[in-house]
Amino acid sequence: MEQKDLYKELGQIRSLMEKSSKFVSISGLSGVLMGCYALVGTLLGYYIIYQPQSAVLLGGNNLERSQVLLIIALTILFLSLVTGFVMARRKARKNKQSIWNMTSKSLLFTVSIPLLAGGFVSALFFIQGYYQLVAAMLLIFYGLALTAGSIYTFAEVKALGIIEICLGLIVLAFPDKGLLLWGLGFGVLHIIYGFIVYKKYES
Amino acid sequence: MSILAANEEYDFNSLKELLEVTDGNLASNLKTLEKEEYIVVEKSFVERKPNTRYKRTAKGLKAFENHLAALENLIKQQYK
Repeated sequence: MEQKDLYKELGQIRSLMEKSSKFVSISGLSGVLMGCYALVGTLLGYYIIYQPQSAVLLGGNNLERSQVLLIIALTILFLSLVTGFVMARRKARKNKQSIWNMTSKSLLFTVSIPLLAGGFVSALFFIQGYYQLVAAMLLIFYGLALTAGSIYTFAEVKALGIIEICLGLIVLAFPDKGLLLWGLGFGVLHIIYGFIVYKKYES
Repeated sequence: MSILAANEEYDFNSLKELLEVTDGNLASNLKTLEKEEYIVVEKSFVERKPNTRYKRTAKGLKAFENHLAALENLIKQQYK
């Protein structure tokens, strides 16, 4: 076999193995946007928790502070999911790939188990009033989901996942820093990582 | 075999999309691999649409690894 054919074949084998097992249509910019939503939410949360007088403007006096925070958090989650999905679909279309394939389905399944578990844990802690544990649980389970799913997508996601887990553990150690670390983990880190992914893979 | 070595299983349409070949071309190559017992076929229905998935066999994985080793040897020889 000629040498250049050898390298060509090896290159094709590696490319196929890589392309077939990694979902690369995640948009880095959607990460940046999600981070921005989270930062806005953190700011709102700060006013609600630490300056309750202004919270009256937001939620009216009948709504409990925790409920307002819940609504804000769920809104951020919803916006993030929609943004992420829409931008991923657009990126997939641009690369002429479908967004639903074996890899994306595996990714979704692998990621949804820790996320659902984390969602239920956080919800139960919230209902029982263990508010200080909620931020930690969100960070830890989200980090677990990212770390698990990273085998199906960019390698950078694994590092992000581990950092989120560490942040969650720090929150458990310093419960009064919950909001700050939540803003760091879901806001600042997403902006940074989203930008890194965008720079590395999309420009 | 590259794709089936890197993934537990893969369906027909995803294979077709990645390899950019026609239905017939893909089907006949897959039939050959199946005859050699390098892969197994699993057919099912997903929402009333036929869904065909392929998995490597142990024999198929070994053959693929041997192929990679052979290519590697050829490269080593060229550096002697």
